[in-house]
Amino acid sequence: MPDQLLYAIEAGLNGLMAGVLYALVALGFVLIFKASGIFNYAQGVLALFAALTLVGFQNGQIPFAHLLNAIFGTDLHEFGWHLPAIVAIVLAGGVMVLLAIVIERYVLKHLVNQAPIILFMATIGMAYFLEGLGDIMWGADIKKLDVGLPQGINETIDSVTYNAFGYGFFIDNLDIVASVVAAALVISLTIFSQYSKQGRALRAVADDHQAALSVGISLRFIWVLVWSIAGFVALVAGIMWGSKSGVQFSLSLIALKALPVLMLGGFTSIPGAIVGGLIIGMGEKLFEFFVGPMIGGATENWFAYVLALLFLVFRPQGLFGEKIIERV
Amino acid sequence: MNQMNPEGYTTADGRKIGPVLMEMKNITLRFGGVKAITDISFDIREGEIRAIIGPNGAGKSSMLNVISGFYVPQEGEVWFKGYKRGPMKPYQVARLGIARTFQNIALFDGMSVLDNIMTGRLTLMNSGLMAQAMWWGTAEKEETAHREKVEKIIDFLEIQAIRKTPVGRLPYGLKKRVELARALAAEPKLLLLDEPMAGMNVEEKEDMCRFILDVNDEFGTTIALIEHDMGVVMDLSDRVVVMDYGKKIGDGTPDEVRNNPDVINAYLGVSHD
Repeated sequence: MPDQLLYAIEAGLNGLMAGVLYALVALGFVLIFKASGIFNYAQGVLALFAALTLVGFQNGQIPFAHLLNAIFGTDLHEFGWHLPAIVAIVLAGGVMVLLAIVIERYVLKHLVNQAPIILFMATIGMAYFLEGLGDIMWGADIKKLDVGLPQGINETIDSVTYNAFGYGFFIDNLDIVASVVAAALVISLTIFSQYSKQGRALRAVADDHQAALSVGISLRFIWVLVWSIAGFVALVAGIMWGSKSGVQFSLSLIALKALPVLMLGGFTSIPGAIVGGLIIGMGEKLFEFFVGPMIGGATENWFAYVLALLFLVFRPQGLFGEKIIERV
Repeated sequence: MNQMNPEGYTTADGRKIGPVLMEMKNITLRFGGVKAITDISFDIREGEIRAIIGPNGAGKSSMLNVISGFYVPQEGEVWFKGYKRGPMKPYQVARLGIARTFQNIALFDGMSVLDNIMTGRLTLMNSGLMAQAMWWGTAEKEETAHREKVEKIIDFLEIQAIRKTPVGRLPYGLKKRVELARALAAEPKLLLLDEPMAGMNVEEKEDMCRFILDVNDEFGTTIALIEHDMGVVMDLSDRVVVMDYGKKIGDGTPDEVRNNPDVINAYLGVSHD
């Protein structure tokens, strides 16, 4: 096999893996959009906040330490313990549920029956609030996240491909783990929303508030449930991205990459988020590989958005989105 | 036929009507300075088909919304099954066993007919969040049992052919029927129908009439309905409340109401001062 083709396959595979991570973030958007018709601008920040909280718990950081020190002149920094990863993940999950309850109680409850644009604005506000809260609680420095996921080159794939083609593929173990986790998450969420009582209630609320109330569904419970699930997905995305590139403010910007993924996959489709993520991830790597050298490189920065733009022009509902037909 | 008997009575066509199921006492509902309902009292008996009629803007839908918890009246008491009901959220009222349909149809357009009707059974499903999430034994068994009940209702209302169709694609008359099916799926003690026949053609109206009578007959469901079509109301109902400008102007059997001078005035139009 010619070297050029081998390199391309390797780039494509790595793109697929990166796409899984995009898909994880996009999934959080789709869940909330499906259940409440809200485009949740805060999803990226939610992932950042979840990752910050996780690292904070794991390292035994005292929340609000800087603030406390500044006000009371104390010198607090750490509790001095180091929690096992699994305990810290469960605790961080608990914080995300708590956050969902707070959001429902102090924001969403007061915005029932408002236009989607109002709710969208509210999530922009929440994004900036959470960003600040994360900084005050855990500090603004770049943190290392290590929950014991395998990292580095996968030796098996390397040696197998070396023996077969004379060229070893570089595939990161972390990317493989992320793919498995994402697949499990998508399958379980799809089953949950299609076949369970709460899943059905969730879809009902998304469709019509009034009708949902009349069959005995509590809107408040469903909202807390949806935001908890979105928080949980954000936590998973935060763990994966955080392990890859450290926990820092730029983590919240991965949400921007999720936007073209959503345009491709459709805002209302869970499988769409996955396929969209994969296409964008692989597309941008291959485009960079083949076309990049001809036009001076750095195509990864804009490829996804241009692709999304094309989709908006020719297929605005995305690959899997519902086409809205109005009966006249 | 003695309608004042607290134990109930037997109708002309031989149906047994039980004791009082729901009682509205001196209900007053205001929106700001506007009085939608003024000091109205009436009762609904078990097994009865009770109609609320009146010209446009009489406050009929407001009354139904009070019963189903969508509006909370400023004054008056609502009694259900012998207990006074405090101010409740609509979903709590639904869990008490009061199901309803809406004047302008409130279905879940994106979901199939079957799923829509299944939502009606949410209040009857017991297994918890975790079991549901994991699809554990009880949850699966429960789902199957509920599916059977729902299939019976689908047969009953003759909508087998459209079970898997997304509701958004159905014509108006069928949507109304699906909405009735969803309300029935909750096995309600009291079924509230807000203009079940509005906007239907004669044939659809006849079908709907038949279904309402069959539901009452077969399941013994108590039904309270709002309707504009006087002919339909008089044929269907056991007793009728007549409202006009938020006040009750008549209450009794269709024959009594028909001959009530106030009612005749309200419908034929007499100046209100």
